[in-house]
Amino acid sequence: MTTVSGFEQARLEEQYPGVIEKPWSKRILGPAITVGILGYLVICFFAFDVMGVMQKARMDMAQLYALDSYAHKDHAKFTFRKPEEGFELSLEGTRRARYETPPAWFQSNGAESTIDLAEDGTVSFDGSSILTYYHPEYAEPFRFKVGNNEYPVYLGSEAPEWLKDSGKQIDARPSLHSRIWITRSKLEIHRYEAGWEDFWFGFHSPLKGMSLGQIVSLSVSGDRIDPDMSNLSFIASEFWYNPDWQHGDIFYALLQTLVMAVVGTLVAGIIALPLAFAAANNVNPFGSIRFGLRRIFDFLRGVDTLIWSLIFIRAFGLGPLSGTFAIIFTDTGTFGKLFSEAIENADRRQAEGIQATGASPVQKYRFGVFPQILPLFVSQMLYFLESNTRSATVIGALGAGGIGLKLLETMRTRQDWENTAYIIVLVIALVILMDNMSGWLRRKLIGGAEG
Amino acid sequence: MALVNAFNASPHLAEIEKAYEQVARQRTTYTFLLLLVCLVSIVGGFYVAEEANSGSFWGGISSFGDYPYDILAGAYERGWGLFSLVVKYFPFLVETLNIALVSTLVGFFFSSILSFFASRNLMTNRGVVFVVRRALDITRAFPELVIALMLVLIFGPSPIAAIMAVTFHTIGALGKLFSETNENADMKAVEGLKSVGANWVQQMRLGILPQVLPNFLSYALLRLEINVRASAILGFVGAGGLGAELKMVVDWNYGADIFVIIVMLVCAITAIDYFSGWLRRKLIGTSGTL
Repeated sequence: MTTVSGFEQARLEEQYPGVIEKPWSKRILGPAITVGILGYLVICFFAFDVMGVMQKARMDMAQLYALDSYAHKDHAKFTFRKPEEGFELSLEGTRRARYETPPAWFQSNGAESTIDLAEDGTVSFDGSSILTYYHPEYAEPFRFKVGNNEYPVYLGSEAPEWLKDSGKQIDARPSLHSRIWITRSKLEIHRYEAGWEDFWFGFHSPLKGMSLGQIVSLSVSGDRIDPDMSNLSFIASEFWYNPDWQHGDIFYALLQTLVMAVVGTLVAGIIALPLAFAAANNVNPFGSIRFGLRRIFDFLRGVDTLIWSLIFIRAFGLGPLSGTFAIIFTDTGTFGKLFSEAIENADRRQAEGIQATGASPVQKYRFGVFPQILPLFVSQMLYFLESNTRSATVIGALGAGGIGLKLLETMRTRQDWENTAYIIVLVIALVILMDNMSGWLRRKLIGGAEG
Repeated sequence: MALVNAFNASPHLAEIEKAYEQVARQRTTYTFLLLLVCLVSIVGGFYVAEEANSGSFWGGISSFGDYPYDILAGAYERGWGLFSLVVKYFPFLVETLNIALVSTLVGFFFSSILSFFASRNLMTNRGVVFVVRRALDITRAFPELVIALMLVLIFGPSPIAAIMAVTFHTIGALGKLFSETNENADMKAVEGLKSVGANWVQQMRLGILPQVLPNFLSYALLRLEINVRASAILGFVGAGGLGAELKMVVDWNYGADIFVIIVMLVCAITAIDYFSGWLRRKLIGTSGTL
C-alpha cells in the first residue's frame, strides 16, 4: 500500500480540484434531491387525503369480491308463508338456476331439514318455528325462534360478535363462507364453495356434472344426445354457448382486441415508414417539409389514443374499427418519430457506397439505408404490439369494444365476480402471450442483437 | 487477376452459385410469406372490426370531421371565455400530473430495488431471480385500467385508485428494463468492491448503481410521459384528474370545454415529451421511446 505524503496530496488536490474533496454543492445534491422528493410525496400524501380514503375503503367489500372471484354461492331459502314448498335451493339465488335434485349439502327427512355449512357447522330447521345452528367451536347450539309472521328471536343469552340481532332481523356470518339471514318472512342460508361452478357447461346443460372420462366416451359414442348433430359438436356448442360464462362471446371479444392491436400496429408502421424517410434530414433536403411532418408526428402522438378513440367512436360508432383507427393515428406519430431518428442515425457510408456504383436515389435508400434500419423497425413494431394489446383493452372499455368492454360490463353489474376474474385471467394471458411471442419473433428475425 | 482466374476455374463455383441462389430464393419466399401474413391479418382484421362495429367505415368516413368541427365551433363561439375555462380546469391538470409523478416516483423506487434481485449477474440465487422476474411479468401484464376499476369499487372515486394502479404497472414495466440494464453493467467494479470485503448491498450501491443510474433515470422519464397519458385515461373510470372532467364534458357535449381540456392535455403531454427527450439526451445521449 502506498501512502501519499502531505505535500503530494496538496499537489494532487490543486491539480484535480473537486476530486478528493468534493465541493459542497455537489456533496449536498444527492441528499437534497432525496429530501425534496420525500417532501413532495409527503405533501401529496396529505393533498390526496390518503388517510381519509383508507378509512373509508370498503375492505369488507374487497374481501367479498375476492371470495366471489374464485368461489360460487349456493342459496337455501325458506319462505314462512309457504311452508309446504320447503327449502328452495339455487345457485346464486337466481330462479333460473334452481336445483332439481337436492345437492349433497342438503338433507331432509320429512319436516326436519339439515344444511351442512362445512367448517362452520350445520344448520337444522324443524320446518315450522325453531332453527338450530351447531357451530363446531361452541358447545351450546344457537337456537332461534322464527316464523309465524313475527320478528325472529335469538333464544340464547350471549351472542357472539358475528351474530347481529337488530330486533327486526338476525344476520349471522360465522365466517366469510357462510351466512344465516332470518327476517320476519323468510329464512336464507348462503354457503360459498370454492371453484367456478358450471364453467364448462351451463346449469341446465345435459352434460353438467359429467367427468372428463364420461365426456370423452360420450364424444365417440354413437347415441346422439341431440339428433341434429354429432355428440362432439354438441359438446363443443354446449361449451361455446354456455349461458353463464359466454365463452363464445368472450373469445370473440378477445379476438376483436387482438385485431385492434395487430392491425393498428401494422398499418401504423406501413404508413409511418415513407413519412419517416421524408422527415429525415439526411434524406429530404426541404427543411419546411421536414418541420411540417415532425409537427404532424408530435400532434398525432400528443393527442392521446383516448382522445382519438373518442373522435372515431363519434364517426364510426362503438366498436373495434374505431379503436383500430385510434391506435393507427397515435402510433403513426410515434413510429414516424422513432423511424426518422433511426434513419438519421444510419451510417452514411453504405449509402454512399451504393451511390458510387451508379444507383438511383431510390436504390440508394433501398439498399444503403433500409437494411440498416429494418431490424430497428421490426423490433420497435413488435414492442408496440405488446403494449398496444394493453392499450386496446383500455380503449375498449371506453367504447371501442372488445374484451375491455366485456370487462367493464361484468364489473359494473358487481354480481358475477368469477366472470370478471375469468376475463382478467384471459387478458393477462393474452398480454403475456403477445409479450413472449414478440420477444421470440424479435430474436428470430433479427438475431437477438437488439435489446 | 490470377486469383480471380483460379477462383473462376474452381470446380466448386457452380455449387457455390447454386447454393447462393437457393438461399436467395428461400429468403425471397420468406419475405413474401411474411408480407402475405401481414396483408391477410390487416384485411381480415379490418373485416372482423367492420363486422363488430356498430357503424360502418364508409358511413363514418364522411362524418369523420363532424365531431372535431362541433368542438371547434363550440370553442369559437366562446371566444375569450376560453381562458376562464383554462383557469377552471388547470387544477385538474395538476392533479393528473401529480398522479403520474407520484406513481412514477414510487414505482421507480420499488422497481429499482427489485431489479437487483431480477438480474442474473447480481443475484446468485436462481430461484430468487426466477420468482422476481415472474412477479414483474405479471405486474407488467396487468393493464392499469383493470386494477383501477377494481380499486375504484373499493376506495370509491379517488385519485388514490389511479396512483395505485399506475404504480403497480410501472413497477413491472420499469423493473424489467432496469434488470436488463443491470445485466449489461460492467462487473469489474463489483469484483473490486468484493475484493476489499464489501457486502452485497455495498457492492450494489457503489459498484452497480453509479453505472446504471443514468439509464434508470432515462427510462423513468419515458415512463413519466406514458404515465401522464395513463392517468388521464383512468379519469374516465372515476379515478379523478383531468380525465374525469373530460368524460363529464364529453357526455354533456360541451364543445368549448372539450376543446380546452384536449388542448391542455396535448400541450402537457407534448411539453413533457420534449422535456424528457432533452433531459434524456443529457443523461445518456439518446432519445427514443419504449
